[in-house]
Amino acid sequence: MSEQQASGHAVHDLAPGEEELDGSGVAQGLRGYLLGLALAVGLTAASFYFARSSLIWAPGVATALIVLAIAQMGVHLVFFLHITTGPDNTNNVLALAFGVLIVFLIMAGSLWIMANLNHHMPSMDQVMRMQR
Amino acid sequence: MSAEAAAAAGSDPHKLGRGHGHGHGGATGQSVGGPAPNRIVVGYGFWLFLLSDIVMFSGFFAAYAVLAGQTAGGPSGRQVFDLNTVAIETVCLLASSFTCGLATLAVGARMKLKFYGAMATTFVFGAIFLGIELHEFAGLIAAGNGPQRSAFLSAFFCLVGCHGLHVTAGLLWLLTMMAQVFAKGFRRDVLNRMLCFSLFWHALDIIWVALFTVVYLIGVAP
Amino acid sequence: MLGKLSWAAIPLDQPIPMIASGVVVLIILGVLAFVTLKGWVPYLWNEWITSVDHKRIGVMYIVLAVVMLIRGFADAIMMRSQQAVAFHGGGYLAPEHYNQIFSAHGTIMIFFGAMPFIIGLMNFVVPLQLGDRDVAFPTLNSVSFWLTATGALLVNISLVIGEFARTGWLPYPPLSELKYSPGVGVDYYLWAIQISGVGTLLTGVNFVTTILKLRAPGMSYLRMPMFCWTALAANLLIVAAFPILTATLAMLSLDRYLGFHFFTNEGGGNLMMFMNLIWAWGHPEVYILVLPCFGIFSEVISTFSSKPLFGYRSMVIATLFICLVSFTVWLHHFFTMGAGPDVNAVFGIATSVIAVGTGVKIYNWMFTMFGGRIRFTTPMLWSLGFMVTFVLGGMTGVLLAVPPADFVLHNSMFLVAHFHNVIIGGVLFGVLAGYTFWFPKAFGFTLDEAWGKAAFWFTLVGFYVTFVPLYVAGLLGMTRRLQHYDVAGWKPWLTWAAIGTAVTAIGVICQIVQLVVSIRNREALRDVTGDPWDGRSLEWATSSPPPAFNFAVLPNVEGEEAYWSIKQAAREQQRLRDEPEYEDLEMPRNSPTGFVCAFFATVVGFALIWHIWWLAILGLIGAYATFVMFAWRDTTEYHIPAAEVARIDRANRSARQEALTTYTGPRP
Repeated sequence: MSEQQASGHAVHDLAPGEEELDGSGVAQGLRGYLLGLALAVGLTAASFYFARSSLIWAPGVATALIVLAIAQMGVHLVFFLHITTGPDNTNNVLALAFGVLIVFLIMAGSLWIMANLNHHMPSMDQVMRMQR
Repeated sequence: MSAEAAAAAGSDPHKLGRGHGHGHGGATGQSVGGPAPNRIVVGYGFWLFLLSDIVMFSGFFAAYAVLAGQTAGGPSGRQVFDLNTVAIETVCLLASSFTCGLATLAVGARMKLKFYGAMATTFVFGAIFLGIELHEFAGLIAAGNGPQRSAFLSAFFCLVGCHGLHVTAGLLWLLTMMAQVFAKGFRRDVLNRMLCFSLFWHALDIIWVALFTVVYLIGVAP
Repeated sequence: MLGKLSWAAIPLDQPIPMIASGVVVLIILGVLAFVTLKGWVPYLWNEWITSVDHKRIGVMYIVLAVVMLIRGFADAIMMRSQQAVAFHGGGYLAPEHYNQIFSAHGTIMIFFGAMPFIIGLMNFVVPLQLGDRDVAFPTLNSVSFWLTATGALLVNISLVIGEFARTGWLPYPPLSELKYSPGVGVDYYLWAIQISGVGTLLTGVNFVTTILKLRAPGMSYLRMPMFCWTALAANLLIVAAFPILTATLAMLSLDRYLGFHFFTNEGGGNLMMFMNLIWAWGHPEVYILVLPCFGIFSEVISTFSSKPLFGYRSMVIATLFICLVSFTVWLHHFFTMGAGPDVNAVFGIATSVIAVGTGVKIYNWMFTMFGGRIRFTTPMLWSLGFMVTFVLGGMTGVLLAVPPADFVLHNSMFLVAHFHNVIIGGVLFGVLAGYTFWFPKAFGFTLDEAWGKAAFWFTLVGFYVTFVPLYVAGLLGMTRRLQHYDVAGWKPWLTWAAIGTAVTAIGVICQIVQLVVSIRNREALRDVTGDPWDGRSLEWATSSPPPAFNFAVLPNVEGEEAYWSIKQAAREQQRLRDEPEYEDLEMPRNSPTGFVCAFFATVVGFALIWHIWWLAILGLIGAYATFVMFAWRDTTEYHIPAAEVARIDRANRSARQEALTTYTGPRP
């Protein structure tokens, strides 16, 4: 999607959220947004369906939903936020990757630590519940 | 909106990439070309701010995930969530994201009326989303299941409410952007702010995807 | 109408806060009266308060930091003197008061002493080193500073109206919950930190954008000065970590204000969740403090060893390594609070591993000095003092990183001595080195060397005399935050610690005298060329102080140590570079947005603390209106004609030409 010119011209950065549209601009842009919308609607419908149906083995439902959610976030990033892997988007992707890493560390770290703490040092409610 | 238009003469008032300090090949912002054009700087800075906002949400998400089971004798998610309303909210927000994309296209093509129309539609969808959410909160509180009932409900109200607050701020910003275009036209700084607004609005929908999956769908899963 | 606020909020029955606040209020009124009578208000408003110039904002940050460091040090004097005499219940500070003092000490030192000092130095230096005219978002920069000042103001108001938190510098629940801290103290803490936290986050965004997107032509990533690399790493950490602080304190605020149950004992709350999240912020925070200081030392050591920094690439890798790993060690702050051995082991190993990054840096600094022509100026002394002191502090840290050892030493005076060891040895020495090093660039004259050296030696000796005894006390079983104690064996060590505090106080006084003496002798100490230290990076290519636009024309960078190669070429050829083609410049216009926004933020914070809801809403509307007014501006820049740029630049060029013709070789 980036405007790669003939050799001799430099490639410059794109701002995040920006897409380079050539002459047929609006129509091409519209196609992109419509495709993104269609994919997102499909993934959303699938999520809601799998949450309530028994099509997927019950213990695997949460994982399936998370996979669908990640896919839909990807659709948003690519079709609505125009994040690509071109060299003009490198800084944007790196920043996103850094953010994702931090989110992962906090979420996974917190869940692991808190589960461990709750197991080794349960609160009074939990102790009472265990004694019933 | 071509990025090289922004790098053209006239939008470099600080004379950054010129004169004695002319870079190699004009590849501004990419290491050796000198300072990047203003639009890229503004967009990137806002992108970083958005990522920090997502880290903040992950703090609330982590608290929710840890406290989801702490119902303190009160109701659990399965007992109070109505997936039908959540589905309507999701459709509204997704549609508003799409119309925001249309607004971006309108800005790129400098079409004022289409811009106002797309932005107004975005506002309407966003406002419906917010209305449904407030209705859900009011219902829970009226039934005695407000955030003071249990840690699970505290975490729920905080996480979903924080997203709702962001949507509210976004709607205020949306109206301000419409006013700015009305007053100043498609001026360079107004265009930069529209870029930031669209980043913000799309990011809110991304967070909603995580939200409805983790809180509502997984919350009612057997 | 006025929420919880009433005349009873002023602690008329407590002499110490009343006297302290009385003195502070008198000083403030005195300064305001003096400034007004001298007619300086328009100058201050136009040139400083509404300035969006990174150099001015940097100086204001440092002024704030110095004042707050002194306030924090006053708290320290009170704590050390109390503990020296409080054997078997002696002492002059009541427990409720003592608890507020140690809480205020930590909060002020970290949030309003160390952070502003470092952010101020980064503000002043980074755009100059990058060869740029300002940061990415100058008005946002001003907003950041004034929001930080708001936080500092709120904390200081708590001295006069109400009380401060008694929970320590991190308000652990359930003590910080409404049930056990029903007063306004914790609320003062929460709003001061939340508001200044917004400012800091915006600084993080500003500097990452500046460093990644606004460098001079030719300055690739691996040609950036080391201070800019460490500033980048620290600001990435700010962007990544501060939102966690915001979220966690918000959750505590919801518990206190709206009866939520995040961390309460009842309703299913989990107090350990607070520890977990707050330290997920808290550990990166200490690296935010120390990484820029590592950068300062890199600059100072290479300049005063007259050698390029050894192992530049390994330094960059070490910096980024520390940046990433700092997010994987946070549990070591609560090893003893119930986690199992598997979790403790993983985080213990990660904590030991992160020391490798710093080790690489220490070796690189030593190899930079080896074979160099070392000048033992004040900044160099601070750096040498740092290298010894920080290594010792790091070693005690690696000891604490071993969970079984931590079970003995957690929350003892050993821990207190450890973190003061690394913060004072690393951060304080670093900012003082940076202050002395870049002072001539900011103000046009160097600081007096003799007083600077005196300040260094007294502070260094004072540090050791204060904290080595505290290590011993910790090993003898003394816990932290004790208002009184009954173990006779601790008393001699605490007495020595109090003596050490007195020695440090002499150091602080020397530092202040240095400033006064230097201002009086400024003509003799004048920095004529802009390069008083024979510097190696681009900030030394400007005049002292630099003009508003920093560089008449942005430099074209062709290698590492951009300025050094330019200077060496000039010395060899005995002439400066050709005069550039001067062009008209536009610089960002000053704006009251930052100050006004912070005013409303102060109103909002104070109103929320005292539950004056209508005032809080008014304040929020005011803050929003300020931003909208800023967005409606039509003129965002002011014009500097080429002739003016030429005049300013030529003046500096002639001073440098003169120095060039009298250049006799490298300094001894």
